[in-house]
Formats: sequence, C-alpha cells, structure tokens
Amino acid sequence: MTLTEKLRETISRAFYNHGLLCASYPIPIILFTGLCILACCYPLLKLPLPGTGPVEYSTPVKDYSPPSSEQGPQQGDPNERPDWYLGAPVAYIQQILVKATVSPWRKNFLAVDVFRSPLSRVFQLVEEIRNHALRDSSGIRSLEEVCLQVTDLLPSLKKLRDLLPEHGCLLLSPGNFWQNDREHFNSDPDIIKTIHQHEPKTLQTSATLKDLLFGVPGKYSGVNLYNRKRVVSYTVTLALQRYDSRFLTSLRSRLKLLHPSPNCTLREEHVVHVHFKEEIGIAELIPLVTTYIILFAYIYFSTRKIDMVKSKWGLALAAVVTVLSSLLMSVGLCTLFGLTPTLNGGEIFPYLVVVIGLENVLVLTKSVVSTPVDLEVKLRIAQGLSNESWSIMKNMATELGIILIGYFTLVPAIQEFCLFAVVGLVSDFFLQMFFFTTVLSIDIRRMELADLNKRLPAEACMPSAKPMSRSQRYERQPAMRPATPHTITLQPSSFRNLRLPKRLRVIYFFARTRLAQRLIMAGTVIWIGILVYTDPAGLRTYLTSQVTEQSPLGEAGLPPMPVPGGFLSAGDTKLALSVFPSESVQRSENQTQQQREQKEALEADQQLWAQGLERHGGGQPEPGSKAEVTWGVEDEEIWRKLSFRHWPSLFSYYNITLAKRYISILPAIPVTLYLDPQEALEVRHPQEANRYHSFFPSSLGKLEALDQPREALPKLQGHQDITLYKVAALGLASGILLVLLLFCLYRVFCPKTYGQSGLSHSRRKRGDLPCDDYGYSPPETEIVPLVLRGHLMDIECLASDGMLLVSCCLVGQIRVWDAQTGDCLTVIPKQGLRRDSSGIFDYQESWDQSPDPQNGPEDSFDGSHPLKRMLSPLLPPLFYNQPDLTSLIDTNFSDQAKGVGPEPRHRAACGRHRDTGYDFSRLVKKVYEEQSTSNCMNFAGFPAPPGQAAFCAGLSCGAGEGGCSARRKSLGDEPFAGFDKSSPVSAWSGDLESSVWSLDLQGNLIVAGRSNGNLEVWDAIEGSLRCSNKEGQSGITALVFLSTRIVAARLNGSLDFFSLETHASCNPLQFRGTPSRSSVPSSPMCSSSDLIMCQLTHTVSCAHQKPITALKAAAGRLVTGSQDHTLKTMGLASGGQDGAICLWDVLTGSRVSHMYAHRGDVTSLTCTTSCVISSGLDDVISIWDPSSGIKLYSIQQAGVGLGGLGVAGAPGPGACVWGAPIAGGSLLPDGGCPGQPARAPSSAFPSQLGLCREHLCGGEAGAEGPCEQHGLWGTWAALGAVQK
Amino acid sequence: MVKPMPRLENCSWSCSCTARGRHKNQLGKTAVGLAARVGEMLSSSVSSSPRTLVGHGTRTPSTSILRSNTSSSNSSLNLNQHLVQRSLVLFAVGAFMALVLNLLQIQRNVTLFPEEVIATIFSSAWWVPPCCGTAAAVVGLLYPCIDSHLGEPHKFKREWASVMRCIAVFVGINHASAKLDFANNIQLSLTLAALSLGLWWTFDRSRSGLGLGITIAFLATLITQFLVYNGVYQYTSPDFLYIRSWLPCIFFSGGVTVGNIGRQLAMGIPEKPHTD
Repeated sequence: MTLTEKLRETISRAFYNHGLLCASYPIPIILFTGLCILACCYPLLKLPLPGTGPVEYSTPVKDYSPPSSEQGPQQGDPNERPDWYLGAPVAYIQQILVKATVSPWRKNFLAVDVFRSPLSRVFQLVEEIRNHALRDSSGIRSLEEVCLQVTDLLPSLKKLRDLLPEHGCLLLSPGNFWQNDREHFNSDPDIIKTIHQHEPKTLQTSATLKDLLFGVPGKYSGVNLYNRKRVVSYTVTLALQRYDSRFLTSLRSRLKLLHPSPNCTLREEHVVHVHFKEEIGIAELIPLVTTYIILFAYIYFSTRKIDMVKSKWGLALAAVVTVLSSLLMSVGLCTLFGLTPTLNGGEIFPYLVVVIGLENVLVLTKSVVSTPVDLEVKLRIAQGLSNESWSIMKNMATELGIILIGYFTLVPAIQEFCLFAVVGLVSDFFLQMFFFTTVLSIDIRRMELADLNKRLPAEACMPSAKPMSRSQRYERQPAMRPATPHTITLQPSSFRNLRLPKRLRVIYFFARTRLAQRLIMAGTVIWIGILVYTDPAGLRTYLTSQVTEQSPLGEAGLPPMPVPGGFLSAGDTKLALSVFPSESVQRSENQTQQQREQKEALEADQQLWAQGLERHGGGQPEPGSKAEVTWGVEDEEIWRKLSFRHWPSLFSYYNITLAKRYISILPAIPVTLYLDPQEALEVRHPQEANRYHSFFPSSLGKLEALDQPREALPKLQGHQDITLYKVAALGLASGILLVLLLFCLYRVFCPKTYGQSGLSHSRRKRGDLPCDDYGYSPPETEIVPLVLRGHLMDIECLASDGMLLVSCCLVGQIRVWDAQTGDCLTVIPKQGLRRDSSGIFDYQESWDQSPDPQNGPEDSFDGSHPLKRMLSPLLPPLFYNQPDLTSLIDTNFSDQAKGVGPEPRHRAACGRHRDTGYDFSRLVKKVYEEQSTSNCMNFAGFPAPPGQAAFCAGLSCGAGEGGCSARRKSLGDEPFAGFDKSSPVSAWSGDLESSVWSLDLQGNLIVAGRSNGNLEVWDAIEGSLRCSNKEGQSGITALVFLSTRIVAARLNGSLDFFSLETHASCNPLQFRGTPSRSSVPSSPMCSSSDLIMCQLTHTVSCAHQKPITALKAAAGRLVTGSQDHTLKTMGLASGGQDGAICLWDVLTGSRVSHMYAHRGDVTSLTCTTSCVISSGLDDVISIWDPSSGIKLYSIQQAGVGLGGLGVAGAPGPGACVWGAPIAGGSLLPDGGCPGQPARAPSSAFPSQLGLCREHLCGGEAGAEGPCEQHGLWGTWAALGAVQK
Repeated sequence: MVKPMPRLENCSWSCSCTARGRHKNQLGKTAVGLAARVGEMLSSSVSSSPRTLVGHGTRTPSTSILRSNTSSSNSSLNLNQHLVQRSLVLFAVGAFMALVLNLLQIQRNVTLFPEEVIATIFSSAWWVPPCCGTAAAVVGLLYPCIDSHLGEPHKFKREWASVMRCIAVFVGINHASAKLDFANNIQLSLTLAALSLGLWWTFDRSRSGLGLGITIAFLATLITQFLVYNGVYQYTSPDFLYIRSWLPCIFFSGGVTVGNIGRQLAMGIPEKPHTD
C-alpha cells in the first residue's frame, strides 16, 4: 500500500465519520456553525460601511495648522484622527454669511423689495472682500495670494461661463448672476427669473447653480416673493489655497467691523474637514456590473445543477450562503489579525467568489444524492462524503498551492487578494463540511419522509390479498368478517384524469393561496406605514426631533419655526391685541394664521411708528422698533444643509476632483445688513413696481393696512381649499379605482362555486391529498371496497335500499346481496340455470359466501356457514333452494385469480369445478335443454307446502333455483293464478329473450323491468317470483318502487303506474318498515304466503317524446328525465332521454311540471323532498325546485362526463350534490371479461349514492362499507368502486 | 464526407487566418484601452479618421471571405442555422467584452455629466467592438471545429457554470492588468502569463486549446504590432517593440475564454447566451 493510498484511506475514513456526525446531530452543528460565522464576522463591525457620503472631522480653529502629509507620530488621540486627514486640503472654504433685511418695512413696499436691496449690497461686499489686504510687517498680503486660483471651466460648461469665475480667485456670490456688475443688477427687471434661469427642469439632487452661488440652500435664502420673514441670507463663498490665519482674522474682524452683528452668538471654534469618498462613475460601474452579472450567471448555472433533492432552492441558498459567509469570515479573520483591506471590496468580491467557487458543494450534493436511496440518511451522507473526499482534498490542495504561488508574486495587491482567498478557501471548506453537509442531510431526510408518505397509499392500493401491506390497517381478510370499519381505498391515479384546464388551476392556485388578498394586505400595511412616516405631524418629525436632540450635529436638523424678526423683539402683542380684539377669537382656530395676523397687525403698528419717526426727521428708527436679524444656532454651519454633492460638483466644474481628498471649511463670518427703506426704494426697478403691484397693493393709510391681513386670509384659505379639493378628488378617484380593482379581483380569483362546501373543504384539507388541486376533498378515512363477486356478465342495473343490494347482470341473473356484509343472499337465476349435482351445491354456495358467523344463522337461506348447517340438520330445507349457480361463479372467480379468497377450501372448490370445465356456452346450452324439464318439475312440488316444495325442487329436480322459486311462488299464487293477467309460468318463456333493464327494491320485494316490457316482482329473500305483469310491450327503462306503487318508464316514453295489492295479512310495506336485518328471516314465511297482485292503474302514454332515461320519485312527486332534453315533474318525477324532466303526480299520474333541463340527454336524476337534481350529457348538474320547476342552481362540470349522480346528506337545501364522473372509468364487470367495454351503471350508482346514506354500496363491484355519514365519501367510495 | 473535408479544412485554415486578423483588431482595441489607461484617450490618438478608415478597409475583405467560407462549410454540415446562431452569440459576447474591458482600461475620471460618460464608453474607435466581436465569433467557431477535426472532443468541465467562471477569471485578468500597480513591466507580464496559463489549465487542459491559444496570441500580437507600426493607434509606453508586453497574455486568455464559450455553444442546445 503506497503512501497515497494510505492517505486516501485515511481521508476517506475521516470524511465518513464526519458525515455520520453531521447527519446525526444536524441542529447542534448548524448552530455551532452559525456561531462560528458570527464570531468571525464580528470584526467586520469595525470596518466602515461603504458609501459615498462625505466624512467629517473637526479640529479647533485655534492653533490650526494643516496636517503634515506624512503619517508621522500623531498627536492627540489617534483613534479620533481619521486616516484621510493627511496633507493639506484641496481648499479652505471661507463663507461669509450675510443676513440682510430692510428695516423698517413700509407697508407700501413690494414683495421684491424684500430681497432686491439686500442683494444689491452683495456687490459692495464682494468688492470689500476682494480688496481686503493685510498689511503687516511682512508686507501686504492680498486675497489674490491666498485664494484658490482656478482656470478654465470644463469645456462642457459653456453655459456657465459667464456665471462662474474663471482665471482667478474662486469667489462665489449671488452677484455672479449679474457678472458681479451692479449695473447689470440694476437694469435687471426680473431678479427671480435671472436666478432661476439655470435651474434644472428635472429633479436633481446635486447642487444647482443657485445653491452654488448663494451658498445656502434655496429655501433658506429668502429670495422669493412670499418671504414673510423679510430676511434674506446668502453667502459669499471663498475658496482659499492656503491657510493664512492672520489674513483671515483680519478679514473677519474687518467685515465684522463694517457690518456688525450685535446679537450674533455664532461659535467660531471649529474647522470642519470634509472628506469625500471615491466616486464611482459609470465608466467604472459598467465593468463592475458586468463582473457581478457574470458572478450571478456562474452561481445560477452552478446551483441549477443541484438535483434530486427535496428543495432545490433551499440547497442553492445554502450553497450561496456557504460561499458568502466564508468570504465574510475571511475578511473578518483578516481584519482580526490586523490586515485592513485596502482593495476595493466591491471590486474583488466577485473574483473571490469565483476563485472559491461552488464546485465542492455541487460535487458533494451529487455524490450524496447518488448513493443508494434505501440506505439510512446518515450512511448516505457519510458514503457520499467519503466517496468524494479524495477529490475534494486534492482540489483544495491544488487551489491553495496556486494561491500560494500567487502570494509570491510580491505585488501587494495580489498578495492581499491571495491572503483573502486562502482564508476564504479554508473557511469555505469548513463551512462546506459543517454547514452545507448538515443542511444536505436535513434535506435528504426530508425527501425520504416525503417519499415515504407518497409511497404509502400507493402500496395500500394494491390488491388487499398482498400480505406485505405496509401497515396492518390496510390489511383485510377478504370475506372473513363483516368488517365494520370498512375502508375503501382509491388509487391516486384515479383522479389524474380530472385535470382541470391550466387557467382554472392558476385561478385555483390564487384562490387557495389567497395571493391577491395577501398582496393587498401587504400593500395596505406598507401604505399605512408610508403614511405614518411621511405624515408631517407623524413619526418622521418625531424621529428627527429625537435625533436632533441627541446628535452633536443637531444644527443640521429641522430649523425652528420661522419667526418673524420683528415679532419677538417688538414684544407688544398685547397692544396689537387690544387694537384688534376681534382676532383673538380666531386664535383658537388656527395658530399659524393667527400668528400671521398678529404679525401683520404688528407691522401695521410698526409702520405707523416708522411714519411717525420719519416725520420727526427720518434717520434710523429706534432700535427697539426695527426689524432685527437674529442669528441662531441653525446658522452656524449652514453649509451642512447643502447637498453633500455641493462641493464636489463645484470643484468638478474646474476639473478638480475631491474624491479621496478633503476640504476644510472654516467657520463662517456673519454679516448683518440693515437697509433703509430709502435704499430699498432707490434700487427698485421701474418695471417691478408695475409687475408686483398686484401682489401687495400699495396703499397708504391705516384702514387699508388693517384690511390687508383680512385679504390675505381668504386668499390663504382659498389656496387651502383648492388643495383640499384636489386631495378629495384624488382620494375619490383612488377609491373608485380600488373598488374596481377589488371587483375585478373578486371576479377573477374567486371561483364561481364560491359557496360550495367542496371547495372550501378542499381548502381546509389542503395538502392532504394529491388531488386537492382539483377541488376535490380528500377522504377522511380510507375505505376498502367490499367486492361482491358472483355475476357472470356485466352488471346491467342495481338497486338498493340501505339493507339489501340487488344487482342484475346481462344474463338476467338477479342477485340479492346483503349490503352490509356483502353476502349473497339470493340468486334469482334465469330459468334452467341449475346444477346437476345439487348435493354439493350447498358447499359451493358456502364457499362463495363469506363465512360470517353473524349472518350465518340469520340468513339461513344463504347457508353461509356450512359447519353450522351441518351441525343443525334440523334447519329448514329452504337451504336447498339456494342458487346452485355458484359453481359457475366460483369458476369464474378462480379464473380471475385475484387471490381474494385464499382459503384452501375455496381453492379446492375451484379445482373441482375446473374439472367440469368452464365452458359457459355449454352450461347455458345445458340450461336451455333443461328448461323443458323444469316445466314439468314445476308441478312436481305443487301440493307441497311452499318451503318443502322449494326444498323438493332444489333437491330432486335440480332445476335452477330461480325456476324453483318461481314455481314455488306460483304455487303460492295458485288460487289467484286465474286472475293474474300473466301467469308466472308463461312469463318464463319470455324471460329467455329479455334482459332486466331496471330494478328497484323495497323491503324484500324486487321489482324488475325487462326489456320485453314485463314487470316482475320478486321476493328478494326467497328468490321467488311474486307476480308479473306483461301488459307493456316496450322495454322498461326505469322503475320506481314507492310504497305500494310502481312506476315504470318505458322505452317508448310512456309511464305506467302500477299498484301492488296484497291479499294476505302481511303487507309488503312491513318489510320496508323493518330496517333491522334480524326481522328479515321471519318475513319470507309471511310474504311467501301473501298473494301479491300487480295491477296497472294508470298509463301516461306519451310522457316524453323519447325514451325516458331517468326516473326518480320522492315526496309524492315523480321526476322524469328523457332524451328529449326535458325534465318533467309529475308529482312523482320521471326523467327521460329527451333532456326534459317531468314531475308527475304519483297518485294521479298527471304531470305537474315540465322543465326543459339540458341540452343533452338527461342521464341521471335524484330527488329529495326539497329538490330535484339532474345531470345530463351536457355536463351540467342542475338543481330544481320540484314544485315550481325553477332551476335553482346549475353546475358546469368541466369535461367530465357524469355517469352518476347522487344526493347525500340530509335531504334539504343543504344537500350536497355529487356527480360521479365516469369519463373513461372502465367498469370491470364482475365475472365478465376485463377487456369488455364497461357499461356504466348509470342508474346504479346514483341510486347507491342516493339511497345508501349510511351504507354505501357502490357500483356493481359491490363496494360497500359504512360511510362517514358524509356525502363526500359516497363519491369517493363509488369512484373507487368504479375504478375497481 | 470525403468531399467536404478538404473544403472544411481549407475553410478552417482561412478562418483561423481571419480569426487572427480579427483578433488583432481585438488586441488593438484592448491595446487602445490600455493606452487610455495610461492616460491618453485612444480617441485622441486615433483621431485621424482616414487612417481608421484604411485600417477598417483592409480588414473588411478578409472578414467577408471568412464569412463566406464559414457559411459554405456550415451548409455542407447542414448546421447552417445553428452556426449562424452561435456566431451571432459569439459576436455579441465579443463586442460586449470589448466595450467593457475597454472601460476597465480607462483610468478613472470623476465624471459628473452624462455626455462625458458616453464619451468614455465610446472612447475607443468605433471599429473596435465590431472587430472584436467578429474575432470572437471566428475563434469561438474555430475551437469546436478543430476539436472535431482532431477527433478529440473537449470533455473537460463542459458546463455553463465553468464557462462563466472562465469568463470571470478572464475579466479578472484584465482587471489586474488595468488596475494593479506592478513594480515593473516584466513583473506584470510574468504575472499575467502565469494567470493565463492557469486559466488554460483550469478550464481547458486540451492540447488543441493550448496550441490554438498560443497561435492566436502570436498572430494577434503580430497584427497589433503591424497596426501600431502603421500608426493606426499607439501605446503610451510601449515596452515590447511597439506594444505593451502583456498583450499576448491577454490575447491568449481571451482566445481560451472565447474558445470555451464556443465549445459550450457548439455542444448543447443553443442556450440563451449570456452576453457578459
């Protein structure tokens, strides 16, 4: 074993163990990793956040000297001194902040007078500054020597050429608007227009020209027509190349001397150094963005390869998190060890990601996923890890080697990059091993669970004979016990054909996830948040005020409420109030308005005084009365209110970049200017007087002056009103829009069947069932169908009343089943189908039946328990009446080899019958031959009592028990035979050619309608024919048996109403009234002695134009639906193929109402006392009011042919309608060849659904089981049966 | 199959020739960008339009020949549409990379006005992106062509993720050459050469790829020298005859990268190209 192999072995072993560890303790390991990441990222907090905003640093102005360019031993606290504070700044900015006001203000002044004269003084001021020179011992120093000399503007700024200084000192003032020429200014008719000439039309955050020249933000300048404060501020901005403290001091003192600001309390202590970050231009941005796009493409293509996992997105996220946090860790670790990143993080980041890569993660995933699925998760992870361990380690070593080589290039940048990369690689490896592997194990485990869940029902759907069923719950001993909790399982695939259109599914998706509602909710929350935040009296103001209180730069916060200069100092509010007492009333209404009014009033006062003073000889007004300029703390660093792009853009005009450099801003020099009204009048432009006359009607006199505030008031209010209207209109419009939107959403997203319980149910049960997409509800319990076997051919029709289930196959054999246990109680065969060897038939019979100990004694005719029967030989010989066709059935049963009856006895029986051969045709032939003999046998047992006769018939002649029973029946009927319109014997001849088309059941009486038009009444228990009626010639398509009445719908569209009359003490209705099975055994004795007559009472010859397909009766009404697309209600309703439903009166046979129901044939009908439900070939289910014939609802089923229909639940308005889609559902006839196209027992399973509310007997397969008293399960069970 | 073979070979040869030619253009463009990086705008250096025109004129015929050759071979291979798609994609990639890498080479200017930004983007001559695009198309088609000709299809790391990684590394190499401060040119060139070889080793590892890359680098360098000699443009501080010494490395890695893209495109369904 070479060293490599040894190494390989070791690594693989280590990885295996590691994988086991990770998969065993996923949560602790993930927590541990998270802690590691956080710990490693902690040093990152010290790094400055990226951003382009400027950084400030202030030093005291006293003893200020520019810092040396070398990073020498630093004085003071090194922590406070920023890295960039090295060398001289680009420029020193000296601002001279001017506040000027015209004082006293005269009432007849125009609005422009507020700023015109103050602005005119700027030229003088600039002149003073320019000409300032410091004379001292070292000579004369002028501004030219210290100021920053600028050259040309950038060529692209030709527009600004006249406005910004070129080739000289960078000195900015509002005078630049007029080329620093007073004459220009004086001749300018519209100052505002000149100033705003160069304002950008669009929204712009960076400095505008107005800001640049004024040096204060536009709204603080006071240069507008509505400046109620009447104080104008602007700055003269001076950029200095060098810091000459003496020159500056002299300039400051001179300006202060010239324009004293008596109440100025500005602190002039700090020089603020502003450092500007590197700016990223588009030229830089494009490559950067490109690298990021490549990075994302790389990540996308990498993570796309993750496959075969539970959550692709989750793993992709985990992979990205792994890489990103490894990068963060590397930076954090490097910072921890004193390596501050000098490279631009944003630039190298993509390369780092690419170098580290996602490859290992992918390889790991792939390797783990490719391990055998049936292994335990732990082992899978461990195996996957160990499989790839060698290659991972090799790659890792190679990459480290390459990076180390890169480290020795000795280029600092590359070295740094390599260092980061190495640390990143190592931490990435760590994270892969601990974080990603663990996440992967969790994912794999989840997937297995999900698979398990998916697999379970599929296995449970397997034929129940499979003993290897996953859980005992699904195991069922076939026909061994009554199986009280019967369960019917359906294959999930049975619903796959219920695919809804994509459009509908999208809508259902929206409806299910309530996407629209959630979006609207989120939007509302955000909207409210925005409202709260932006509300002028709301959160933001509060927050800012909080912040300004605490922040050292608090001056930059909100300016205090503008207070009129003259107001505070005047201090004679009382006087004003006494003059205008009426205004005090309005005070409560609006504070601001009130203040304004007070101000106006004051001004009027002042004006009076001023006039008085002027009369005294002009000159300065008294200090107490004049408007005073206040200097607040907000003026101290007014440049802070400028855009942070102000200085960079100013310097960029001269192609000087401030990126990575800093400027020093010296404390502003305050200058206060008070201007005479006289001066203001002098500088006034002649045109302005005309233009602005309308704004402030110049009127002398006290009265008008007093009126002025009153005029201004409505103006203001009018303005507010318009805003109010605007807001109201907007609100209305948005409200309408919202309503429309909601309406549309409702229409689009809410399904039409909104109120139906099905959908909401499916919503509730979301995720329980694979089919919940389609609006179907999952079953609450799973039901295994009880398979009733015995029929040889396709089931033709079915009837059931909760207790018994009667089925008839194509051959005409009628079988009566116990609906609860699935035992075959009686077989009413066609004549002549009988066994020769009657001696064994009871055994065979018993094989067929489920050996039910409960039913055995009770359903004694069944002979269901052979042992019991042997033990009690005294049992009535009725047993021998039992059908001997069982052998046929048995053979067929075994042919199907379903293995349902695994009992050896059964197999033995099968084997026995195999000897006899299963040639069905031969058997039938035999039956035919024997029919002749059966006729004579008929009378053989004639004198015997009914029970014994039957016994004899069964024993001796061996005729088909149907025949026997018929005969026996006829025996009982014999006294009346003459009165009978049809003798049972003669009826038999017809039976051969006819098949049973319809069946109904009540009590123990079965009514069968035959294709030849015969109506037969059979005893369900004894299997004897009670009576027969063959008046009609046309086949009976539908039957309703209701108490003593029978309604038969015939093929020719006619309806026959029969009544049953008994001539014995026992009323057949008794049987209906005895729901418990225990009472049934006694009934045959009684009923067999009865004489039943079936008489045609009434005929509606032309109920429908076309054959009647559906017929239902309830509450004394008969509904018919037919192929002529109509429904007719006849008091007792019938349905026909005419697409119409008629409601007939069951007693009189008269038609009650007629509904044109469907475009297609009416295929099925159900009625309850309160409603009639029909479905047609047009895939619509309609619900009608039977009394009025008004359609209450209609339900459109998408593309699903409805074969059956039932009403479940309590009859009433709350009844649920369930359509049983049978599109493509192949019905495997019991005993028929599987390939034979199935005939949908369209009448069968609606009747099942409709009638068996508690006990479901679904389909011809005879599925039955206690339903959950829930209509839903009816559908499922029936469907399950169909699919069977 | 016998018949088309010589034609194909012929074609591919001529393709390679033209590819080289185009690659020269690309090189030229990169060189221009570098020049700009050094501080002089290429636009200013290539200000004389007649020369540009001449340069362009000389290139055009070869391009057209190549195109016709390529198309004929395509039709013979009955892959016409696919080839056109691929070449279009490659052209787009090449042109885009040309613009972006050119921007990388341009030294930072604090730009505040959009006019200037646009001027920066198109600071190189207008013919540079189309030429690079054409060169990329040719090289990208050439690589799979030679692979199939040699009978050894490229199998190593054939996936888009790897291609993206390759592109990223290529951009990184350009970035390094533009932004990093090296002590001297030799160091820079050596580093870039090592990086280029690393790129080839990481993403290609095929002999044909190496050979083709070297050939491309050689021819492109030659053509760049020729262009600079003729004064189409120039470098500010040439240290390798008339050009910068690290140009061949860039050409080599560019060739490998474009070849990678071309192979990936030729391999699978023409996925939506990532023109980055």
